[in-house]
Amino acid sequence: MDRRQFLKTSAAGAAAVAAASATGKIVKAQTSQEDKPGEMLLRTNSRNGDKVSLLGYGCMRWPMIKDPDGTQHIDQDTVNELVDYAYNHGVNYFDTAPTYLQGQSEKAAGIALSRYPRNTYFAATKLSNFNSRSERESKQMYHRSFENLRTDYIDYYLLHSIGSGGYPVFKDRYEDNHMMEFLLKEREAGRIRNLGFSFHGSQDAFDTLIELDSKYHWDFVQIEMNYLDWRHAKAPRNTNAEYLYEQLYKRNLPMVLMEPLLGGRLARMAEGPAHKLLERDPERTIASWAFRFVGTYPGVLSALSGMTNMDVLKENVNTFSNFEPLTQEEIDFLMEIAILLDSYPTVPCNDCKYCMPCPYGIDIPGIFVHYNEMVNTGQIAISSEQKEFARLRRKYLVSYDRAIETVRQADHCVHCHKCEEHCPQSIRIPQEIERIGNYVEKLRRGTL
Amino acid sequence: MKLLPKIRRVLAVLVLLAVTLLFLDFTGALRHWLGWLAKIQFLPAVLALNLVIVAVLVLFTLVLGRSYCSIICPLGIFQDGVSWLSGQRDKRRKRLRFSYKKEIKWLRYGVLALFVVAIILGINAFVAILAPYSAYGRIVTNLFQPVYRWGNNLLATIAANHESYAFFTKDVWLKSLPTFIIAAVTFVILVILAWKGGRTYCNSVCPVGTTLSFFSRFAMFRPVIDSDKCKNCHICERGCKASCINIAEHKIDYSRCVDCFNCLENCKFNALEYKFAWGGKAKGASAPAVNPEDPGRRAFLASGALLATALTVEAQEKKVDGGFATVLGKKEPERTGRLVPFGAKGVKNFYDHCTACGLCISQCPNQVLRPSSDLMHLMQPYMSFEDGYCRPECTACSQVCPAGAILPLTPEEKTQIHVGAATVDYDLCIVNADGVSCGNCSRHCPVFAIHMVKKDPDDPDSLSIPAVDTEICIGCGACENLCPARPYSAIHVNGREVHIDNRR
Repeated sequence: MDRRQFLKTSAAGAAAVAAASATGKIVKAQTSQEDKPGEMLLRTNSRNGDKVSLLGYGCMRWPMIKDPDGTQHIDQDTVNELVDYAYNHGVNYFDTAPTYLQGQSEKAAGIALSRYPRNTYFAATKLSNFNSRSERESKQMYHRSFENLRTDYIDYYLLHSIGSGGYPVFKDRYEDNHMMEFLLKEREAGRIRNLGFSFHGSQDAFDTLIELDSKYHWDFVQIEMNYLDWRHAKAPRNTNAEYLYEQLYKRNLPMVLMEPLLGGRLARMAEGPAHKLLERDPERTIASWAFRFVGTYPGVLSALSGMTNMDVLKENVNTFSNFEPLTQEEIDFLMEIAILLDSYPTVPCNDCKYCMPCPYGIDIPGIFVHYNEMVNTGQIAISSEQKEFARLRRKYLVSYDRAIETVRQADHCVHCHKCEEHCPQSIRIPQEIERIGNYVEKLRRGTL
Repeated sequence: MKLLPKIRRVLAVLVLLAVTLLFLDFTGALRHWLGWLAKIQFLPAVLALNLVIVAVLVLFTLVLGRSYCSIICPLGIFQDGVSWLSGQRDKRRKRLRFSYKKEIKWLRYGVLALFVVAIILGINAFVAILAPYSAYGRIVTNLFQPVYRWGNNLLATIAANHESYAFFTKDVWLKSLPTFIIAAVTFVILVILAWKGGRTYCNSVCPVGTTLSFFSRFAMFRPVIDSDKCKNCHICERGCKASCINIAEHKIDYSRCVDCFNCLENCKFNALEYKFAWGGKAKGASAPAVNPEDPGRRAFLASGALLATALTVEAQEKKVDGGFATVLGKKEPERTGRLVPFGAKGVKNFYDHCTACGLCISQCPNQVLRPSSDLMHLMQPYMSFEDGYCRPECTACSQVCPAGAILPLTPEEKTQIHVGAATVDYDLCIVNADGVSCGNCSRHCPVFAIHMVKKDPDDPDSLSIPAVDTEICIGCGACENLCPARPYSAIHVNGREVHIDNRR
């Protein structure tokens, strides 16, 4: 089933999708929602009636302040302001995890959210037992989430980032230690209102987890979806969002979306695709295309955005408060943009920092973000014979040294591969780090 | 004849600025243009056995007197500057604050004799402390350079905020405390001497000045007093910062006159004239020497704050997302052989020629060269790889060395010279210590001298550990610098006494 056909059929099935005319054009895609212009678009959870804001707040990218001793702490004042603005503009879904922001996100979210009545927002957090998998440690993590969030129930509870490593890892993290039994009981007791999982991994792994639905009765699933991953997820280690969406939609499993903007990679992009998007509509921001894409699909409960500052928060609130779903033709246009984006040698890193801290001190996301920025701004040298070489060399090396401390640069990576299992994008991190390190070395030697 | 002092001042200011900038510049841009200024300095030329330059300087002095001290020697010009500032306090009285003094023969010739003996015996610290050009280089690199770099770093911070790549941050660190102290003490003493007595150092201590004085007393051109015109007003004598004009006897001590021409300018009666006269004689100095070891210690001076490096390695377990593992500073290993730069030919050759001016240190972009704190080689440079390694594309030190201690090289030639060989400490290697795969030393070896071999050759799944082919290893230190083991690297380079040169 191709996408166009799929949109048609799903439109027929879904509650309020008035979709696809004979020309394949989506007229309007809306679920059971209160669609008032100027107000946050809400989606209704078909299973329990929760009215969830289509823009969800991802609590993974809040601003951090550097302490004199080099450690970092969350800028709680700014977080409170951000949460205030979001809350007052209808954002009611807040997604955090015990591991986010060096373990400080959950607590910060708790501080900010506990100032509002508990029944006016949905709190989502996760069981991030990546390393400490024993029953005791996992339960400890579970109970600490309640303390941090200052609550006696969690609206949406997720098994954090499962899929890579397949069923064996799932079994090790949740079944062998009896955590699944425990969590099912907690759901029965009402302390978990919805139980689901966040997914990153291969298609096989996904199918296996979906089969487990008959056993565990998932209430929702969180997937990575955006117009680049729709068809350009790097198989076989990742799965196209198109497939994930189809499967979940078919089963009427509510979806929460991660990385609608790919950590900003669908906002700040290379000149070529950016030009095309701007040409298409000079008045729309580039980021708004990505949000409109994910919001167009029915069955999506909320799309999470990790908004670091007030400017992006306001922009996103605006996008979802005056929401204009994409037409079929616009979706096709984005598919072309995706092909173009996929042709750049950027590293598909969304700066989520799951790989960190590298035990050998490498600033993995820093190196990737810097490299991507250089690729996207056309600052990569091709040859030392090139006319522009001296300028490009200086720019790369000076900005590299500014962005990354010398001892945290690519040439210090020991290839221990400890980071790889943590990467939700399944990036072959040491390989990519080496590729960038080699480029830097050639620049330094002037032998490109 | 009032033109001569003006020409002298312009030349002096230009040379002083140029030499100072040569030492301050860390971008490598100036050394191509200004490097010759270091090479025409007397003592480096002698130690480099650069006979052409020595001959030219001797001839120059035979013709024009000790003009060298006024327009070529940066330390002399620097003292003139201090003396001039001192005179500015009260133009009438202070500017004319000097008087004729007798030559302190025992000091001048005693110091020179000791100096020559020190060169012959290879007591390099003594030579380095007194040599004027080296002393000036040391003052610039130790006292002025940090200020210059902090200024640069401020600009770099501003530039970074404006997306400009015009400036980049340069680390400021204290490379050797004894050297810093010597530079500071030299600076203070010279400022006091120049502030009070002008060219006291040059005429009573400086071995180069004394050497040149043997020729200058027979200089062809020299300032001469016309007794008929002289009104015995003593203005010339009181304005002579070399204290060499004896107006009572109408005589000038040409061994001390540095041809500043101030007297010509000061005389209202035109009784002094720079003109042809005659004389001749010759002498010089040369050297061999010896060498032992130096376990140098050092501290960083990062943005003014002194921070020492310490403690154990910690590879930390991932529990939460983000943040950084602590990266400990590296410590200098004990090397069985001293590391001196590519182009030095060997340890002995290097230390025989080096005058410890520190120009190579100031030009080293990779934080490899630093002055030794060891007594026998005090202030003379050596290499270590805690914060960088001797990068294959860089030949900066070899291009600037004025003393022939580091001979010029091309990057291609560099890979054919072996200054040392790496050795592995298998207990520290993280493959053994942490049980992880690594091979970072091998990956970054520019000459592919490090083989990764199976720990257990019979087990294809066993991890690989590094093994060095010492025949191939050139001793650049890439492996040592990039080794993840901290604070002591699991692989370090030991210097070779005599470098192997495979250039054909």
